[in-house]
Amino acid sequence: MHGLINRSIESFLRGTYGHKYWRDIVNELDLGFESFEPMFRYDEALTRSVVDHAAQRLGKSKDVLLEDFGTSLIVDRRSQRVRRLLRFGGVTFTEFLHSLEDLPGRARLAVAEIDMPDIEVDELEDGEFSIVIRHTTSGFGHVILGALRALADDYGALAYLEFVGRNDDVEQISVHLLDMAYSEGRLFELAIGAE
Amino acid sequence: MTAQSSFTISLSTLDQMMPMCMLLNSKGVITHAGPTLIKVFKSRNIVGSSIFRLIEMRRPKEVTSIEQVCKFHGAKLYMKIRDEHATSLIGAVSCIPECGGVLLNLSFGIAVVDAVRRYGLAGSDFAATDLTVEMLYLVEAKTAAMETSNQMALRFHGEKSEAEAEAMSDELTGLRNRRALDQVMQRLLSTGSDFALMHLDLDYFKAVNDTKGHAAGDHVLQVVAEILTSETRDNDTVSRVGGDEFVLVLPQIMEPDQLKGLANRLIKRLEEPIYFRSGECSISASIGVVTTATSSYVTSEQMIDDADIALYASKEAGRAQFTLYSQDLRDN
Repeated sequence: MHGLINRSIESFLRGTYGHKYWRDIVNELDLGFESFEPMFRYDEALTRSVVDHAAQRLGKSKDVLLEDFGTSLIVDRRSQRVRRLLRFGGVTFTEFLHSLEDLPGRARLAVAEIDMPDIEVDELEDGEFSIVIRHTTSGFGHVILGALRALADDYGALAYLEFVGRNDDVEQISVHLLDMAYSEGRLFELAIGAE
Repeated sequence: MTAQSSFTISLSTLDQMMPMCMLLNSKGVITHAGPTLIKVFKSRNIVGSSIFRLIEMRRPKEVTSIEQVCKFHGAKLYMKIRDEHATSLIGAVSCIPECGGVLLNLSFGIAVVDAVRRYGLAGSDFAATDLTVEMLYLVEAKTAAMETSNQMALRFHGEKSEAEAEAMSDELTGLRNRRALDQVMQRLLSTGSDFALMHLDLDYFKAVNDTKGHAAGDHVLQVVAEILTSETRDNDTVSRVGGDEFVLVLPQIMEPDQLKGLANRLIKRLEEPIYFRSGECSISASIGVVTTATSSYVTSEQMIDDADIALYASKEAGRAQFTLYSQDLRDN
């Protein structure tokens, strides 16, 4: 898994549960380093064991932890970059949902080797979306679920999102969009640093 | 060529497809402007103004009349907004013969990064097919990726410098080590610089170690390092090359009297008692010196070897001595 993803998980764990919590994980897993290097590549098994261990220590399910991580990517001040880059996807939440299929391509434009699942978005009927996520490592689905919930708020949309399930490499999310303009949402300025 | 069929579209359709378009009449007066342009020129009444007052058309050549504009039908025009930023614009021109006017569609081109900030533009201010937002995304993503890389490079560089400094210094005294000494000497020898090499060996140090213990010995070495550093100049190199052996590289000092003066001063200061845990340690030093004036040295080994001979002569002569190397020391 790409270092940027590992580093983001690390930042989330450090920021939410403290540096000591992170150091304990490092020691217990005997990682041999203090911090992930954002531009290195790491074995996928390593990412999995960090997430598993982190969840176990918190007495949380891995799914919930990953969903929290996804939410933090949008909400947390420390990862404003991610939120901004995602908001470039569309002017409205619907437009954004439709742009999700481009997400892996967009991510790879920024960092060529980054791991991203294949995403398929279908609008089944008005306001009803099905999002299919395909990746050999499970977990992307819950990260995306958490991020989408936060992004709906960010756009000021009222939506009901649910994890439908997982089958082999495929995870599925359903989105039920209730109100596109439920609240003001958060401002998004195209110009960097303008917000 | 067959006559092109024409159809009517509303201005609102035009605005939706080209939010940065404007219509000019035959006199160059703006009769209609797209919503994004209205935002850009916000405080100025764009409709009703002459295009030439608001925008400077600069390339391929200066254009000041609508007749000239029409010559660029189908071509690309480079312009600048006449405001404090002089924001660049690219324009596509299409002449409408029926009314003698011009349809102008504008874009910020590469200036878009600054333009969106200046004029507070949003994604909805650009046509759906316009790649502006994608370009801004890319700029931001690349900046972020580059920043992360740079931070990493900077951190690695810091760690590398630290490791290098560590590899070049003696842990106990903080003086340069043998490796650093070799590098300095190689550099000076290869550039043909004049310098003196002073080889200093502590006298009675073994006794301190044997009777007062290693902690006392270490303390003595640290005090010696301080003395050597304080008695030499910043551009001199003071290194510890063995247990109680030190080598000083002194650029530009060649005069035997000057070297003798320094050596005697060092010996005198080193002979002052050193206190450690209420005990007193007494040492002295024997010194051998060689300068680049003695012989045309090529390698540092040759020079250190000669300094060794001089040092040995000092020891032989009863320690706490200074000897300047000369060929007859070897002959005897």
